[in-house]
Amino acid sequence: MGYKKYKDKHRKSRGGNEGIMRKIVITVVGKDSVGIIAKVCTYLADNEANILDISQTIVDGFFNMMMIVDTAKCTIDFDSFAADLEKIGTGLGCIIHAQREEIFDQMHRI
Amino acid sequence: MININEVLETNNMIEKENLDVRTITIGISLLECIDSDLDALNEKIYNRITSVAKELVPTGQAIEREYGIPIVNKRISVTPIALIGGAACKKPEDFVTIAKTLDRAAKTLGINFIGGYSALVSKGMTEADELLIRSIPQALAETEFVCSSVNLGSTKTGLNMDAVKMMGEIILQAAEYTKENDSIGCAKLVVFCNAPDDNPFMAGAFHGVTEADAIINVGVSGPGVMRKALEAEHGTDFGSLCETVKKTAFKITRVGQLVAREASKRLNIPFGIIDLSLAPTPAIGDSIADIFEEMGLQRAGAPGTTAALALLNDQVKKGGVMASSYVGGLSGAFIPVSEDQGMINAVVDGALTLEKLEAMTCVCSVGLDMIAIPGDTKATTISGIIADEMAIGMVNQKTTAVRLIPVIGKKVGDTVEFGGLLGYAPVMPVNSFDCSDFINRGGRIPAPIHSFKN
Repeated sequence: MGYKKYKDKHRKSRGGNEGIMRKIVITVVGKDSVGIIAKVCTYLADNEANILDISQTIVDGFFNMMMIVDTAKCTIDFDSFAADLEKIGTGLGCIIHAQREEIFDQMHRI
Repeated sequence: MININEVLETNNMIEKENLDVRTITIGISLLECIDSDLDALNEKIYNRITSVAKELVPTGQAIEREYGIPIVNKRISVTPIALIGGAACKKPEDFVTIAKTLDRAAKTLGINFIGGYSALVSKGMTEADELLIRSIPQALAETEFVCSSVNLGSTKTGLNMDAVKMMGEIILQAAEYTKENDSIGCAKLVVFCNAPDDNPFMAGAFHGVTEADAIINVGVSGPGVMRKALEAEHGTDFGSLCETVKKTAFKITRVGQLVAREASKRLNIPFGIIDLSLAPTPAIGDSIADIFEEMGLQRAGAPGTTAALALLNDQVKKGGVMASSYVGGLSGAFIPVSEDQGMINAVVDGALTLEKLEAMTCVCSVGLDMIAIPGDTKATTISGIIADEMAIGMVNQKTTAVRLIPVIGKKVGDTVEFGGLLGYAPVMPVNSFDCSDFINRGGRIPAPIHSFKN
């Protein structure tokens, strides 16, 4: 099987030092409170994730925020990145998800 | 760039409307495992499956985490075992050892189901085919994850009525062997006409002989998303209704396409097809019957249901083929009874009968699916129901299937509990007039005239 060979190649490209953009969409849903954006942004800055876009809206009384970040320079792997953000969310009383951007791109763009 | 509303729409579909990828199924050819020594054969099969699909479950889980989309099932389909075991198996019990090997491999890998305990007998039966078919009841009773299917006919070959007759008896036997568990063996057994080689859905998945060494097929789902989208279409005309179904099917299928491409890349196994089926689950709202109600029918089964299903099935395909270049498998709308809360309600309310379901199978993507019938139904009556369904498939050049569960010890009005994705079902009445003289004729029903297209 060529599986291992592929995996090695794939890992390398995930290291992110080749200028590959790896866009992650972060969504925050919950009750509005002071400091949500600050906390999330601090975490992103600490991990060298570059914010490309931020927008927010209120749906049914809930605060919804979306960020698109470029994680090409991130050293941390996706699973820990997502888990850390989730933990920050729990601390703030809101739900934070991180997802790779392709799922939205695929669904909404031809 | 993606905007917040699009992100929220996608995440609402996942969180509130049960959008998921129903299955990643790796099809694995076992042809290279053929051996005349049964022990050697079993060992080769185990090693082949567990090496090719070693990373299936962890890869599936990684994709789930990264994209935030649930992938409900990770499954495997293999070359029909009647072909693989023919050289080594001299009696039905020999085939059962292969079923146990498949089960063991499934357990090792942590997958949900393994399909391909199958025989393709659309025109005739080899000795191996017959031995395998006779071993099905025992194989299903003594394994947990193995699914079995038999192809009994096709538009090109006609119907193998000897096999149809035999399957009536086998289904009853499978029910008897698992009667302690509401005859659940039958939930893992399906008979087909025009069975596709690349279907990722159970119980009918097998890896056809026309396929490569290994292939990834992905089944998408999303009845809940469809129903929600149609809420905005109250009182609109059919053109507008169809447009919404199509657009929604496109979105659902694109997610499947993304997952298929990622899985294929990470597992280094070529991508086969997307099966763009609307497959319901017992979860509230994840129902085909609810879509009918949204379209304006009081209950599934009301006059107009067949037309509604025809429209739905066709528009799902039209939206789906735009989203993926390789569409295959069953593709369309499934109408299982026990797996769909809205269908169950329709049966309990008396709106939906077996005969109406049969009519609906003319325009749905598969056939009579997960229907509980009384345990004292005669084998020839079951064969008669199968023959009707196969005839619909043969004449209309479509896949049809039958997955009936004659529940031993239960009668009309009782409820049967299967658990999990299989759900529960009310036992439905069956027409009690006899068809045994017709079934007992034996032989074949010739292929229809329009099969001669050469």
